[in-house]
Amino acid sequence: MTMPFYVAPEQLMKDRADFARKGIARGRALAALSIEDGILICAENRSNSLRKVSEIYDRIAFAGVGRYNEFDQLRIAGVRHADLKGYTYSREDVDARSLANQYAQVLGQTFTHEMKPMEVEILVAEVASEAGGDQMFHVLYDGTVHDESGYTVLGGEADSIAERLGRSYEASWEVGDAAKSAAGALSGEGRLLEADDLEVAILGRETGKRTFRRIEGQALAELLA
Amino acid sequence: MAVTAVWPNSKDCRGSLIAVTMPLFDAGGDPGPNFGALLRSTGLAPPVPDAPADTLLVSHATTVVAIRCRQGVVMAGDRRATAGHLISHRAIEKVFPADRFSGVAIAGAAGPAMEMVRLFQLQLEHYEKVEGKALSLDGKANQLGIMVRNNLPAALQGFAVVPLFAGFDTARGVGRLFQYDVTGGRYEEREYAVGGSGSLHAGTVIKLGYRPDADADEMIDLAVSALYRTAEEDAATGGPDLVRGIFPVVAVTGAEGFQRIADDDVEARFRALLTGLAAQGGEPR
Repeated sequence: MTMPFYVAPEQLMKDRADFARKGIARGRALAALSIEDGILICAENRSNSLRKVSEIYDRIAFAGVGRYNEFDQLRIAGVRHADLKGYTYSREDVDARSLANQYAQVLGQTFTHEMKPMEVEILVAEVASEAGGDQMFHVLYDGTVHDESGYTVLGGEADSIAERLGRSYEASWEVGDAAKSAAGALSGEGRLLEADDLEVAILGRETGKRTFRRIEGQALAELLA
Repeated sequence: MAVTAVWPNSKDCRGSLIAVTMPLFDAGGDPGPNFGALLRSTGLAPPVPDAPADTLLVSHATTVVAIRCRQGVVMAGDRRATAGHLISHRAIEKVFPADRFSGVAIAGAAGPAMEMVRLFQLQLEHYEKVEGKALSLDGKANQLGIMVRNNLPAALQGFAVVPLFAGFDTARGVGRLFQYDVTGGRYEEREYAVGGSGSLHAGTVIKLGYRPDADADEMIDLAVSALYRTAEEDAATGGPDLVRGIFPVVAVTGAEGFQRIADDDVEARFRALLTGLAAQGGEPR
């Protein structure tokens, strides 16, 4: 019988993290901003049908970068979690924090126990009825959760995009300003992302059910003009 | 995905908190966009009664109507629930939005009917979120038919639920309406549909007053008149309660989506009807 080679746990974790980070860095980035009108999520995505940003519940949205099949499976699990919780208790009891914790559990479990970590970073955002109360949880491939405020960027080149966005970001922005700045920050030097290259959605600050809405086509082009 | 956290046997987790943790399934057991299947796989689906309801006093919801109009569909339902010969509720609601472009009205055992509406609303929303696209109107109508059919064992024990479903078909730009029987049989109607204990009377009034392609406003008045006259003939149907200010629920579903008519407006229509009847010298005794 052959003996497996000994690998130090530090090395094992580092290899896995490098692997996941490499996968995520290949993907295109997205930015989420907490503004006057709600939470705006803007992703670079050339596909009109494979979504990166989606609705989870009345006031909660999901966004993912990295491997599509992996974050889409997480998205569906999140919709199921939210709908089951809303059915069992009440719609008010569905919250982003508990959902983000569930995601962290799954991602952490996969990172340490499975053959391959998930090559994804996800965002769980919940809009509050008043500006300043918004919650944005950024969950990493290994289950680390960051509670972000103001704005956050996920995916490849996140640091440089966040720096560009941070230079102009203001919490008092309206949708138009925020969408233009997010598109500009995602574009970077020497290229310009247009409406066709972007997927934009907002969690509106209005009260009532289902505040998630997409901004697409002509409406998006006008917003970015 | 590599995660293999699959649900335990559904019997083990019935009613427990496990149902609201992260639901991940292996490819074979995945319920897809079906919320009902998700509930069954998590053990949250309601049990089927195994004895007749004779000895229990179960609340019953009664008359509901749906009428096609130029803008789409008008739906209305009285507010009374009865248990045997008693009035159990004066102000229950029987007309609900199913999603943005459709509504559902219920007659039958009130508890299971409310649960069916809740599940139906959730099913439509769940499908839309998982698939990223709303069901077609036919798809919604079929889905409700399956839910009614699944209720058949309960219906045989005395817990029948018979809904009406109406909505605006965004693909065709017209209002459409469907009625069901206890077996889940789905019947699309062209002009109007009625359900519940007062359906015979309500149907007759609507049949006499119906005009094809009429304005929604006119058909709301017809629905109001039909419910008023049904309440005169059927003990289980409630009329307008002018003392408490309780009036039937009326809603119009058209290109703008499901819109409930304000109580003030419905009250004004009932008062106009009563004033009109009194001016004519009253009704035959």
